[in-house]
Amino acid sequence: MDMNQYLSMFIDESNDHLQSLNENMLQLEASPDDLSIVQVIFRSAHTLKGMAATMGFEDLASLTHKMENVLDLVRNEKLKMQDYIFDTLFKSLDALESMVQDIVEGGEGKADVSSIVSSLQAIERGEVAVAAPAAAAVPDHSAAVTGIELDEFQFSVLSQSISEGHQVLYIQVKLRDDCMLKAVRAFMVFELLERSGEIVKTFPDVQDIEQGEFEQGFTLYMITQKQAGDLQDQIMNISEIEMAQVIALDQESLQQMNQRNLAAAETAAAQAPTLPAAEEKPAVHSPVNAPPAVKAPAKASSAATPSRTIRVDIERLDVLMNLFSELLIDRSRLEQLANEAKNQELTDTVEHMSRVSSDLQNIVLKLRMVPVDTVFNRFPRMVRDLAKSLDKKIDLVITGAETELDRTVIDEIGDPLVHLLRNSVDHGIESPAERLAAGKPETGTVNLRAFHSGNHVFIEIEDDGKGIIRENIVHSAVKKGVVTEEEAAAMSDSEAHQLLFAPGFSTAEVISDVSGRGVGLDVVKSKINALGGNVTIYSTPGKGTNFSVQLPLTLSIIAAMLIKMGSEKYAIPLSSIVETGIVKQSSIRTVHGSRMIPFREHHIPLISLSRVFSIPSYNEADEAETEIVVIRKGERLAALAVDDFIGQSEIVLKTLGKYLPAVQGISGATILGDGQVALILDPNAFIK
Amino acid sequence: MGEEIKVIVFTLGSEEYGIEVDKVQTIERMMPITRVPKTYSFVKGVINLRGVVIPVIDLRGRFSLPEVEPTEQTRIIIVAVNDMQVGFIVDSASDVVDLNSDSIDSPPEVVGGIKAKYLRGVAKLSEERLLVMLNLSEVLNKSEIIQLEGLEE
Repeated sequence: MDMNQYLSMFIDESNDHLQSLNENMLQLEASPDDLSIVQVIFRSAHTLKGMAATMGFEDLASLTHKMENVLDLVRNEKLKMQDYIFDTLFKSLDALESMVQDIVEGGEGKADVSSIVSSLQAIERGEVAVAAPAAAAVPDHSAAVTGIELDEFQFSVLSQSISEGHQVLYIQVKLRDDCMLKAVRAFMVFELLERSGEIVKTFPDVQDIEQGEFEQGFTLYMITQKQAGDLQDQIMNISEIEMAQVIALDQESLQQMNQRNLAAAETAAAQAPTLPAAEEKPAVHSPVNAPPAVKAPAKASSAATPSRTIRVDIERLDVLMNLFSELLIDRSRLEQLANEAKNQELTDTVEHMSRVSSDLQNIVLKLRMVPVDTVFNRFPRMVRDLAKSLDKKIDLVITGAETELDRTVIDEIGDPLVHLLRNSVDHGIESPAERLAAGKPETGTVNLRAFHSGNHVFIEIEDDGKGIIRENIVHSAVKKGVVTEEEAAAMSDSEAHQLLFAPGFSTAEVISDVSGRGVGLDVVKSKINALGGNVTIYSTPGKGTNFSVQLPLTLSIIAAMLIKMGSEKYAIPLSSIVETGIVKQSSIRTVHGSRMIPFREHHIPLISLSRVFSIPSYNEADEAETEIVVIRKGERLAALAVDDFIGQSEIVLKTLGKYLPAVQGISGATILGDGQVALILDPNAFIK
Repeated sequence: MGEEIKVIVFTLGSEEYGIEVDKVQTIERMMPITRVPKTYSFVKGVINLRGVVIPVIDLRGRFSLPEVEPTEQTRIIIVAVNDMQVGFIVDSASDVVDLNSDSIDSPPEVVGGIKAKYLRGVAKLSEERLLVMLNLSEVLNKSEIIQLEGLEE
């Protein structure tokens, strides 16, 4: 049987299943005991397996089969979902995704998945230890922490020290994996700490540590007068130390920590596999590094009602759009002719046709609208992985995923958003320890919001992290030569924040896995600007940062003001018009060689469109009064002198063609009702 | 023997020029043109060709020949080269001829004042009839044209 005709259907459906698997796995991670989610996941995997087997993609089918086996155990409560099982399953999903991608590109969906398969088989057999390497890539400090437990005496000593004004520190040290002399390093740490204060309790016991009988890390409580940060630096100065976390405790956090550790120790003892259970309440104040919980958007109904949609090639929609704009042009011609002919029946018919075609226009436009969900749905997984690799705890809260945007915008907006989200996760949200020290909940929140406002869609990424420290940006910008020191000093805070978008600017001091790959936020800004949108930053130090992206609803149709300049007609996008008005010649002043008019409390420049564009048939200087259009670029305003207003209209954007890619002051063209081409002004070009 | 090619013949002044037929999309009568400010002087503007906006070039202007008023014979030849759609305004477009690529000689030093690099060669149709073959990608090449002034008043 020839399978080719089913291939595209297979690919589409596989992608749908993989997406739903990803989403549901994330949900399951947030509530690991919900077996109904496991059922959904199992069914999805089962369908995928069946489809792959039918199409002859054996590798794909066998990997899904192994996943199914594991899920089957979970579903029948023979296996409890745990951190490393999630990791392995997510890895399997990634492998499946790359296989499907290979099929899309014409391959046979083959991939070497032997290590994942053996991990899955090990899980299936209940051999936890073999499966553990799958999770080993993420440093697992939690294993070292869960056992630390204070007895009553130690607890009261610590608690009393706090009330007497001493510092009680909780210190977690991890040695590098390749550390040769663990006991020596540990001894050096202890020696250092004993000089600074008194160690109350260690885990493992001091004897064990001295004999090197511990994994890669140890934890301890101590009483001291020194500052947490200083001690941390000192510990880090010892070689072969990978990580040192020093957290100052107050009464409340001491209490919580002890309780939590007691509880964790109990559960750990009760469970046969010794790995820690996934943390369920991210709000608990605790420095324990449990996997981050990422909330997936609530999608209650999606599983129940299959969406009744068909897939259409976007190019066909473009053709439809073009044909439709032809129809609109003919419609206006017909209207004109009917007016002249003064035949009642003709007029009625034309009017009816006009109404039908207006409805048709709305439908055609709506066909191109897609919910931002299609972009957002890959973010929960991404944030989960990022948070894990950065050892942070992050809640991603998505709202307004149903907001619709033009397909062409949707296709372009994904990458910039990924970049902004990464920025929030990497630079915005602090590590759990820093957050606790700053008195914030350990889990950071990143809000991803989409909403309509007027003719625009806003997408906001807001974190409750450390915010932007003006000095850091300014310092870095001056160092990199983006601005001079004097310019920087004169900037307002918000102007300074915008420096983040300057080309060649990146505050990342250390190149991490997540950012600092040489792609700065300037690329994000230019991409969004190219879409006709705008991005702004609001930030409060210590409170968080908000990136606000403003996008046009659609790229192909905009609302514009049509104006006349002698015999020529131009369109000005409504989005950049502040207002229209009339000024007398007598109120035009000349300041420093340029003409200004009073507008509200200020004077703004008056630009003569007829002179800039050398329009032959009109000059506003011949008139006593001239119509103006006040346009805006960001905060700055200017007025364009025009001949006459024709009126507001929805116009279909067209490019000037490849031969004229960039004409100054012109952003494109549109075809008017009479079939004539009118140029669209680019107001940004008029304001420097 | 070279290959047979079909060529659209058009005139500028007294000269006859040729463009390979596979580069030509349509030939249109003169139609309203919207002027585009701030561009090259030989770009007459843009037209609406059945819903697509296409720039039109006055070929006389491009070759620095004196410009003339459009007449009944004036045509716009829509060509497509390297993904670019452009219209050429010509004095008239009359004919389609077959010729052998062997009959195209390399361009002489000077032909009717047009720079030789715009020309692919000269084809001899008969004793009296010479056809100047255009090198379209050079005609549409803008790199030699000086930058236009900014948007200042």
